[in-house]
Amino acid sequence: MTAGVFLVLSAFLASAVEGVEALTIVLASGVARGWRSSLAGVGAALLALAVIVASLGPALTVIPIDALRLVVGGILLTFGLQWLRKAILRASGFKALHDEDAIFATELAGAERAPHEERAGLDWYGFTLSFKGVLLEGLEVAFIVITFGSTQGSIPLAAAGASAAIVLVVAVGFAVRAPLARVPENILKFTVGVMLTTFGIFWSTEGAGGNWPGSDASLFGVLAFVVLLSFACVGVLRRRRRTMLVAAGAGA
Amino acid sequence: MSYLARFARFWWEFVVGDDWVAAALVVAAIGATAGVAASGIAAWWAMPLAVVVVLAVSLRRAIRA
Repeated sequence: MTAGVFLVLSAFLASAVEGVEALTIVLASGVARGWRSSLAGVGAALLALAVIVASLGPALTVIPIDALRLVVGGILLTFGLQWLRKAILRASGFKALHDEDAIFATELAGAERAPHEERAGLDWYGFTLSFKGVLLEGLEVAFIVITFGSTQGSIPLAAAGASAAIVLVVAVGFAVRAPLARVPENILKFTVGVMLTTFGIFWSTEGAGGNWPGSDASLFGVLAFVVLLSFACVGVLRRRRRTMLVAAGAGA
Repeated sequence: MSYLARFARFWWEFVVGDDWVAAALVVAAIGATAGVAASGIAAWWAMPLAVVVVLAVSLRRAIRA
C-alpha cells in the first residue's frame, strides 16, 4: 500500500514536470510552424513511447526481482541524484531557476527563423521539433514508469499516475494556450529528485541483500532522511554562496 | 559518429549525466552494501550513509566547476 502510493505519486509528479516541458516545445512549434505538423509530431512521438513501454515493460518482469531491484535501484539512485543535485543547486542560487517563459521565447524565435521544408504534406521543422521534444521528455517518463512499475510489480499503476499527469497538463495547456509558467516547476523537480533518490536507496539496498526494518513502511523513514539531507545541503550552500558573494564584493 | 555510439552516448548522458564520479560512487556503495549484507550484518544503513557522501562530493564538484 505504502509503496503503491509512492509509486503513483512519483510517476504523477515526474510526468507533470516532463509534460510541462514538452508542452512548452509543442506550443512554440505550433504557434510558429502551424498546429497540423506539430500535432502530427506529438502523435508520432506518443506512438513511439507506447511501443517502448509495451515492449520493454513485459521483458523486465521476467528478470528475478532481486536482480531487477539491484540494477533498477542503482540506476534510479544515479538518475535521482542528478535531479536532486540540480534542484539543490537551483534552490541555493548556484544554478539559474527553470523559466518556461524564457524557454518558450527561445524555442519560438528558433522555430520562426528556420526555413520552410515540406515533406509528406507536413512542415518538417514543426513536425521534428514536436516529435523530438515529446519523445525526449517522454523517455524520462517512460523510464520511470517502466522501472518503478516493474520493480514494484505494477506497471499499470505507474502508467495510471503518469497518464493522469499528462492529461492534466494537456487539458490546462489547451485551456490557457500558453506555457505553464505558473506551475511551481522547480519545486516539483526538487520533489521528484527526492522521490527518485528515496526509491533508489530503498531498492538498491534490497537488491544488494539488505533488509529494511519494517519492510515497505521504512520508505517513509528513507523519504524523511532524503528530505532532511536535501534541505541541509540547500542551507549549507546558501550560506556558502552568501560568503562567496561577500568575499567577491570585498575584493571588487 | 555511428548510430550505436550516439545511442550509447544518449543513455550515458540520460542516466549518468554530467557527473560520472557520482555514478561510480553509487556503484561502489552498492558493492559495499552487498558486502556488509553477505557478512550477516544488517546493511540497511549503508546506502543512506553513502548517499550523504555522494551528494556532498557531487555538489562540491558542481560548485567548483
